[in-house]
Amino acid sequence: MTDTVPLAEPSLPVVPAPARAEGRGRGIVGVLLRSPGFLVGALILLFWTTCALFAPSFVPYDPYADDLLNTLVPPSVEHWFGTDQLGRDVFSRVLVGARDILTIAPLATIVGTVAGTAIGLITGYFGGWVDAVIGRLLEVMLSLPLIIVALLVLVALGPSTPTVVVVVGLVFAPLVARTVRAAVLTERHLDYVAAAAVRGEGAFYIMVAEILPNILPPIIVEATVRLGYAIFTIASLSFLGFGVQPPSPDWGLSIAENYGVLVGGYWWTVVFDTIATASLIVGVNLVAESLQRALAE
Amino acid sequence: MTDVTVSPPVLELRDVSVCYRIRGRAVPVLSRVSLSLGKGEVYGLVGESGSGKSTVALAVQRVLPSNGYVSGGQALVNGRDVATLDRAALRQMRARDVAMVFQDPGRALNPSLTIGRQLAEVFEILGSAGGEALRRAEAMLERVRISAPARVMERYPHQLSGGMQQRVVIAMALAKDPSLLILDEPTTGLDATIEAEILDLVDTLRREFGASILFISHNLGAIAGLCDRVGVLYAGRLVEEGPVRPLFRAPRHPYTVGLLRCLPRPGLRKSLAPLDTIPGFPPAPGSITAGCVFAPRCGLADETCRTVDPPQVELGEGRVSRCHHHDRIGSLPHEVVRPLPTAPQPAEHAAGTPVLELASLSKTYGAAPYAVHALRDVSLRLMPGQTLGLVGESGSGKSTLAHALLGLIAPDAGGRMALDGATLAPEVRRRSPEQIKTLQIVFQNPDSALNRSHTVRRLIGRAVTRLGGLAGALREAQVTRLLEAVRLTARQLAARPRQLSGGMKQRVAVARAFAGNPRLVVCDEPTSALDVSVQAAILNLLADLQAERQVAYLLISHDLGVVRYLSDAIAVLYLGRLLEVGPAANVLDGPHHPYTEALLSAAPSVTGERSGRIRLTGAIPSGINPPSGCLFHTRCPRRFGPICETEEPPFVADAAGHAIRCHLPREKLGRSMAAMPA
Amino acid sequence: MMKGALGRFFLKRLALSLLTLWLLSVVVFFGCQVLPGDPARAILGPLADPRAVAALNQKLGADRPPVEIYLSWVGGLLSGDMGQSYAYRSPVAPFIGSALVNSLKLAAMVFAIVVPIGIGAGVLAALRAGRPLDRVISVAGLSLTVIPEFVSSIALILVFAVILRWLPLSASWPPGSGPLVQIQHLILPALPLVIVLFGYIARMTRAGMVEALAADYTRTAVLKGLPWRTVLSRHVLRNALLPTITVIAAQMGYALGGLVVVESLFRYQGIGSLVLGAARAKDFAMLQAGILTVGAFFIVTTLAADLLTTLLDPRLRTGGRR
Repeated sequence: MTDTVPLAEPSLPVVPAPARAEGRGRGIVGVLLRSPGFLVGALILLFWTTCALFAPSFVPYDPYADDLLNTLVPPSVEHWFGTDQLGRDVFSRVLVGARDILTIAPLATIVGTVAGTAIGLITGYFGGWVDAVIGRLLEVMLSLPLIIVALLVLVALGPSTPTVVVVVGLVFAPLVARTVRAAVLTERHLDYVAAAAVRGEGAFYIMVAEILPNILPPIIVEATVRLGYAIFTIASLSFLGFGVQPPSPDWGLSIAENYGVLVGGYWWTVVFDTIATASLIVGVNLVAESLQRALAE
Repeated sequence: MTDVTVSPPVLELRDVSVCYRIRGRAVPVLSRVSLSLGKGEVYGLVGESGSGKSTVALAVQRVLPSNGYVSGGQALVNGRDVATLDRAALRQMRARDVAMVFQDPGRALNPSLTIGRQLAEVFEILGSAGGEALRRAEAMLERVRISAPARVMERYPHQLSGGMQQRVVIAMALAKDPSLLILDEPTTGLDATIEAEILDLVDTLRREFGASILFISHNLGAIAGLCDRVGVLYAGRLVEEGPVRPLFRAPRHPYTVGLLRCLPRPGLRKSLAPLDTIPGFPPAPGSITAGCVFAPRCGLADETCRTVDPPQVELGEGRVSRCHHHDRIGSLPHEVVRPLPTAPQPAEHAAGTPVLELASLSKTYGAAPYAVHALRDVSLRLMPGQTLGLVGESGSGKSTLAHALLGLIAPDAGGRMALDGATLAPEVRRRSPEQIKTLQIVFQNPDSALNRSHTVRRLIGRAVTRLGGLAGALREAQVTRLLEAVRLTARQLAARPRQLSGGMKQRVAVARAFAGNPRLVVCDEPTSALDVSVQAAILNLLADLQAERQVAYLLISHDLGVVRYLSDAIAVLYLGRLLEVGPAANVLDGPHHPYTEALLSAAPSVTGERSGRIRLTGAIPSGINPPSGCLFHTRCPRRFGPICETEEPPFVADAAGHAIRCHLPREKLGRSMAAMPA
Repeated sequence: MMKGALGRFFLKRLALSLLTLWLLSVVVFFGCQVLPGDPARAILGPLADPRAVAALNQKLGADRPPVEIYLSWVGGLLSGDMGQSYAYRSPVAPFIGSALVNSLKLAAMVFAIVVPIGIGAGVLAALRAGRPLDRVISVAGLSLTVIPEFVSSIALILVFAVILRWLPLSASWPPGSGPLVQIQHLILPALPLVIVLFGYIARMTRAGMVEALAADYTRTAVLKGLPWRTVLSRHVLRNALLPTITVIAAQMGYALGGLVVVESLFRYQGIGSLVLGAARAKDFAMLQAGILTVGAFFIVTTLAADLLTTLLDPRLRTGGRR
């Protein structure tokens, strides 16, 4: 009987599905590549990543080598960015200084994103008392400025690279969790979740296989935004003496070490580090912003 | 406007074209639309989603979205070209001449100002001072039949029901006594009974105010009941126009014919004949550059249609058609041809085990003082292979019932649910795999029900794995079989939902529900998110699957046409209480409960006979504070004595199993006048 | 009944805040007393004589069971005693008091500058959405928000204190200075925080405005024939700025975090530099009290913002249908 009922829809040319699917993927990349903000941000990131990976092999001076005869030399042909209080070459130190921050910040971001996504999925999906209890704990975490929480834990445990990674990651987790939870709450009310439950799917499958793919865009955006703030926070911690430890040429640390002589007019000891820090963060943020726009389109 | 000799039309569109700029390309949404509205006339503009009907309204008021612009033609209001007005003149026009009512009144009202404040504003613009404006605002509320206007003045929008909000918006629109009132889907999203009230109100007010009305709707019935003339919009073109009765009786454009044939009208039943459909999809805006826009879907289309844009043909008596073959519309072939079933469907399955049995099912939300009784003591049974239609307004508990049945919410203790005679646990995870595959659902909105990041293959495949227990090649084969069963092809396997049309998505959802050969499928408003032409195809599909597989449906719908077409039995819910249940024919023909009677007469029909015998007034009571006695007495037009307010009527069934919860004796209850026309 | 519901909401919200405050005290206590394991060891360093460590632990009261220490600490807090500073060998409370006053002055300065500018820029950007001015404001806000305070401080110091010599370098004013001199000293330290907060507030304002401008009720107002200015002031701004209140309040708490950096850079005796000093000196009693104060301040501002939003938004005030 079914054969005698020629229903119309399938007999007509169907919207060419795969072509459109590719079109969208290409669309996002295309939008990004046409966005000046993204290009500038990506270039800055590429530059600093290259420095972090290879700078030690091409900088003119050993960034750790003191030269007490040539301290506080202003920028010159030999020392493009001058030298610091210990006579170390600022140019070499700035380039190599990208290394620590670009190791710690991405790791901390990954820790924070993974932990936050897990917490957000669980609180958003289960709701009820799980959400109430965890939500309250997260709110306590969020009621303290990030820097202060990090400070508290770092004082208690003593600063070391792994500690900084974990602490900054965990401090960010509630923020990521909040974004993820909000996204999950929107998804949770959609019928595909109910359909999965009616099919007898378990909570883990529903969270990971059904909901997670749909909330990836906000998670990706959140992760890139967090990367910017991770750099912000870690640089600030290093500046305060609780992050990267001497004798690293890390920017925040160098600024803290040389800030005292700024008033004496030795501006080159700190200015290049501040520019480096600012450019890296702005670069990350430009990428984050363009990504957000592209995904929203 | 005050022309002595001949007053110009209140609204005139001359070849208006509108484009939207999307990703740097100009996409035409309206092409050369011409129409005119005389004084006091009500003009209906009908079209499916994407036809461009709302764009007409926005263009007239010059409030197109920022990427939209009028690319040709003129829109004249009272003889003045809207495009030429300067800022002050435009504001004058908006303040005095043209008023507009949109869909979704909840969003059209400012959430942080009181109703009184927002309404008085209109009079202030017209020059009334504060107190005077407030007084006139209150009087205006009274004119739109709002009882206790003084109290409503103090309220904020969120404190009013949807129907009440729309009355306020209409009051706001009519306050300036406009010469043109544009209503854009004013009743979409409202319950049928409330919709009927609003349409009645508009009908009354048009006489009182004498405004010309442009009524934009996808609802053919609403248009037929209200309008003098109607224009049919398809893919941005006005394809047919004329006086409403003759046009709907004898349409002269194949698209209009198709639309009317799609409707599940009284007298059509799944056992008699499938519904007709319109093949294909509406074209993407701007994709058809040569010939008639409807040619790809038209049964009459020939070479001329595909190459030459049909002219507007005057047919006399004010009728216009944009079709090369307007004179042989009668020969438009039916899209769906199926011989009548030889044997009448087995309706008398009364013996045997019901596939579903609910006994004293209740659901209460919240605790004592704020408890909401979403379901009260509902008992129902459904035989295999049959459809039970569940009707009622919003808040009646239809969805709660479905969710309890599916194990998504736990009903109160004390009731019983049984599937094929075996008790059904309240939670999904305590149900047997057999029960899970036996009971599945098709949701209202496929956009929500299908995971947008999964492909069709995965959407159906996962269900086949879970419910059918198949893997590998067997699974693939089953997916293919299901696709064929819902008239999709393997070409769609790799597609994700957003690449499919609304109808195709709903087919995928149906295929998924049938993955484990269910015996009972809950259909929760399965077609209300779809256009009429697509709705017909889905209804046919559901009917076919039922005939093939003897699956039972619990059909939840607010659309009585849909319920009538598919159901063998009908249950009527009000505030969680069953008011009537029985075989479909008995419930529809009567005698019926006054509430059922009201629902039936609220449904507008395309013949334009808006029966109007019985109308409900007043809002649906809150479930927190339900009325005493008969739950329905606050709105019941047949309430006859104090007993209605004090005592809940008994639920009495007759020999045919037709039960009605009313104090009135059966012979005094209403019956349908219309017999079943062929 | 409406009033009753509102009162109940306030009480509930207050109870939640108290709960948060209590949890905060547990977290802070855990961080300062339990996490280090052995406070005296942390203070004296790994090479110290075990007997000295034990003696110091006894003096600090750290040899008691943690629950007992916690109870006596909370008991002290409730009676206004924040404990004894190890570094200053005197009660903590007076330090916290004067530091908090100083920090609030600086924070007030920051908000007095950033709130009008941020909201103004956000409104302007939304009204010119998509045009060059919007781009400039958005890009500037976006870039400025992510500049760490110590980076912008150095640029500002270099320009305004070292090169131009317009503003005093130190945030601390000479004793007995009048309000004007105090304000002059506070401008430079306030600016880095203004820079960080500006983009945030401007962006949230812009988002709220764009949403309100696109809302159906705004179209209704336009179609009433209202003058654009009335549409803006009566219909758009009112709905757009409500969410911004909560944002500003949340930022107030974060600003206190930024104070740690700024106050230490400008050698200003506020709660931030107090916390930092305590952290460096491992003065756990001071650290504990300082952090708790910052957290409590944040909890109070969010509570205030919530209540304000509820009072201003009729949907929340009158308890909507759901």
